[in-house]
Amino acid sequence: MTTAPSIPTLPIIDSPIHPALTNVSLPSFVDEHELPSREGSRVIQFREALREAMSEEMRRDPRIFLMGEEVAQYNGAYKVSQGMLDEFGPQRIIDSPISENGFAGLGIGAAMYGLRPIIEFMSWSFSLVAADQILNNAPKMLYMSGGQWGCPIVFRGNNGAGGQLGSTHSWCVEALYSNVPGLKIAIPSCPYDAKGLLKTAIRDPDPVFFLESERMLGDKAHVPEEEYYIPFGRAALRREGSDCTIVSFGRPVNFCLEAAAELANEGISVDVLDMRTVRPLDSAAIVRSIQKTGRVVVVDQCWPFASVASEVITQVVEKCFDYLDHQPLRVNTDDVPTPYAKTLEQEYLPHKRKIIEAVRSAVGKA
Amino acid sequence: MPKKTAYQAKIEHIQILDEQGKLDAALNKGGLGDEDAVFLYEQMTVSRTYDEIAFKLQRSGRMGTYPQNKGQEAGPGGIGLAVLHRGKKDWLVPCYRENLALFLNGLPMEKILLHWMGDERGNQIPEGVHILPISIPIGTHPLHACGLAFAEKYRKTGRAAVTFFGDGATSEGDFHEACNFASAMKLPVVFFCQNNFWAISVPRAIQTGSETIAQKGLAYGMPCFQIDGNDIFASYKVGKDALELAVEESRPVFIEAITYRLGDHTTADDARRYRDSAELESWQKKDPLIRTRKYLESKKLWNDKKQADLEARAKKLTEEVVRKAEGIEKPGIDDIFDYTFAELNDELRTQKRTLRTASLAQHPEQERLSR
Ligand SMILES: Cc1ncc(C[n+]2csc(CCOP(=O)(O)OP(=O)(O)O)c2C)c(N)n1
Ligand SMILES: [Mg+2]
Repeated sequence: MTTAPSIPTLPIIDSPIHPALTNVSLPSFVDEHELPSREGSRVIQFREALREAMSEEMRRDPRIFLMGEEVAQYNGAYKVSQGMLDEFGPQRIIDSPISENGFAGLGIGAAMYGLRPIIEFMSWSFSLVAADQILNNAPKMLYMSGGQWGCPIVFRGNNGAGGQLGSTHSWCVEALYSNVPGLKIAIPSCPYDAKGLLKTAIRDPDPVFFLESERMLGDKAHVPEEEYYIPFGRAALRREGSDCTIVSFGRPVNFCLEAAAELANEGISVDVLDMRTVRPLDSAAIVRSIQKTGRVVVVDQCWPFASVASEVITQVVEKCFDYLDHQPLRVNTDDVPTPYAKTLEQEYLPHKRKIIEAVRSAVGKA
Repeated sequence: MPKKTAYQAKIEHIQILDEQGKLDAALNKGGLGDEDAVFLYEQMTVSRTYDEIAFKLQRSGRMGTYPQNKGQEAGPGGIGLAVLHRGKKDWLVPCYRENLALFLNGLPMEKILLHWMGDERGNQIPEGVHILPISIPIGTHPLHACGLAFAEKYRKTGRAAVTFFGDGATSEGDFHEACNFASAMKLPVVFFCQNNFWAISVPRAIQTGSETIAQKGLAYGMPCFQIDGNDIFASYKVGKDALELAVEESRPVFIEAITYRLGDHTTADDARRYRDSAELESWQKKDPLIRTRKYLESKKLWNDKKQADLEARAKKLTEEVVRKAEGIEKPGIDDIFDYTFAELNDELRTQKRTLRTASLAQHPEQERLSR
C-alpha cells in the first residue's frame, strides 16, 4: 500500500551527524482513502496491533530495539510484547532495571548515535520520574545542537485511567507534555490506528510519545495484515453529521461514537473527529468541520485547565470564530485527582452522558 | 551460624607525580612518556590561557557566562590523551569543566567559546568527532553515555564512552541510574568524576556522607579508583587502564579525580564570599601546571625560554580562536524555527513566515495585517 522506505544495514551508520535525518527516508504518506480498508477477514486485539507494528519494523530495521520493565521474559506487563523476545532475542528485547529515568536517558543516548529505541513505560504515570530526560533532553537535543543531533525515539505505554488504579497511576499526560515543542504525541483510539500510527512513530525522525490505554488493549477490530503508515497530523472523520462537531482523541473517541449513535436517535447528527495525534494537531480538519456545523464540543480525558481541549478551543476561536453559532464547549474529566473508587472513577471520566448533554446544549436542545 | 564478611573493599588513591614534581617511576610503568608529558604541559597551558581569555571576554561583555576550568586541566588532559592514543574514537560525554579532553580529541576550540557566547552552533560537532554537546542539567548526561556505550556494544565496535561530571552531580538520581544501568547491562563506560570539592557554594561535605566519591562506584560493582586529579601521569595511566578494562571486560569503571576549582564557579559567581582564602592558597600550590613544569625542568625538558615561547604561542592561538568565534556570522532569524523538528511543520512554517506568535499568525485576516 504505502511504499516501504529503504533502511540501511547497521554497519553503514558510523557518523553522528544527522543519524536520524540522513539515513531514513520517511514513508510517502497517503490520503485517508488510500489506506487499506478497515474491513477484512482478520480481527485482532489492540495489543496485537501494537506488537505487529513493532515486529514489522524490527524485522526490517536492525537498529530498532525495545526496552522497558518486564518487556522481555515476562512478555510485557500488559502482554504487548508477547513472543518478541523469542523472535528478536535478548539483544533487542531488553528487560531493564526499574529506572524510568535510566532507560529514557539511555535510549536518548542510543538514538543520538543512530539506533532507533522504542522505550516502553509500563504506565505513562511513571514517566514523571523521567521528566528531565523526556522533556528536557529528548525534544531539545536537535534544537540545542543547531540541527545536528536528532533524537529518533519512541516512548510508549499506557495512558489514562486504567480502571481503579488510583490517582498516582492514572495519569493522562497529553495536556502536560503537549506544551513542549520538539516532540510529537500520537494517541490512537482503535487497533487499526494503533498499528498504522505506531509504524509511523517508529519511522519518525523526532521523539514521539505514543499514548496507549490499558482499557483498550483488549479491544478487537479488523486490522489489515499488510503494512500501512498513518500520517501524523491528519485527523480521521469517524462519523459524519451536520449539527455539531465533536473533537476527540484516544479512548474517549469511543465514548463519542456511542454518544453520537444515541444523539442520532434524537435527530441530532454529529461529525466525530478523531485527531489521532495532538502534536501535530490537524486544526484544518476541525475548522472544515465547524464551517459546516457551526458548533463544537471537545472531548478530552485530561483535566480541563490548560488541556488539549483548551488549546483546540483557542485555535477554533482564532481560526473560525465567525463560523461559530454557539460558544465552544468541552468535556474533560473533573478537575480533581483521579478517584480510586469504581463509581467515582466512572463518573469522573468524560463519559457518554456528559458528551450527550454537551452536544444537546451546543445545538440548543438541552 | 558464624558471621562472615559479605563484602569488603578498599579504594586506592593513586598519585604518580607529586606536588613537588617528583615522579614515581615504578607506578608510571606503561604510562605517560616524557614526550607526551611535554605535549600535555603545552596543551594545559593553552587551555589555561583560553580560560583566562574567556574570562576577560565575559568581563568585557563579549560573552555570557563562562565556567573556568582553571586548576582542573590535568584530569581531563590525562584521560583525554589516553582516549586519543587508543585511537578508537571513544565517546566523550562532557558537562563543562573538561575543555582540554574535548580539544585533544578534535573539538574545534572556537566551539566552546561559541557555546558560551550563547549560540547553539557551538554544539554542532564536526563529523567523525565523537563528542556530545555540553550538558547543562547537572548529572543527566551520564545516561547518554550509557546509551552511546550501548549503541557501540550493539554494533560491536570496541568503543567506550567516557563521561565527565562533578562531585555535586553524584547527588543526582540520574547519575545513580546511569551507574546502575551501566553495571547491570555491562556497558563500557568510564565514569570520570572531577571532585573539585565545591558545587557552586556547596562544599563536598554537604553533598554526601560518603568518605570518598569513588566508593559510590562500588555499590554498582565497578572497579573504582581515586586519583590525584592534578597529576597528568595518574590520569593518563589510570584512564588508559580503565578504558582497556571497560572495553575488554565490557563493564563500567569509576574514577574519582581529586582536584580543585581555582576559579569561581562561573563568571556569575564570586567564590571569595564562601571560600576560605587559606584553602585556595593551599590548592594553588598543587596546581597541575606548576608541578608538571617542575618535573619537566628536572628532566631538562623545559626551560624559561621554552616557557616564554609557549606562552606567546598559546596567546596567539587563543586570540585566533576568539577571532574565529566572534567572526562567525550571527544566526539568521530562520534558526529560531528550523531545528525544532527534523522537518518544519505547518504551524511553525506559518510562524516563521510571519514572525508572530501562533495567535496572530494563524488568523488569516491578522496575518495580512501583520505584513
Ligand atoms: C539539575 C540541575 N540542578 C541545578 C543546576 C544548577 N547548577 C549548575 S552547576 C551546579 C553545581 C555543580 O557542581 P559539580 O557537579 O560539583 O560541578 P562543578 O561545577 O563543581 O564542576 C549547579 C547546582 C543545574 N545546572 N542542573
Ligand atoms: Mg564540584
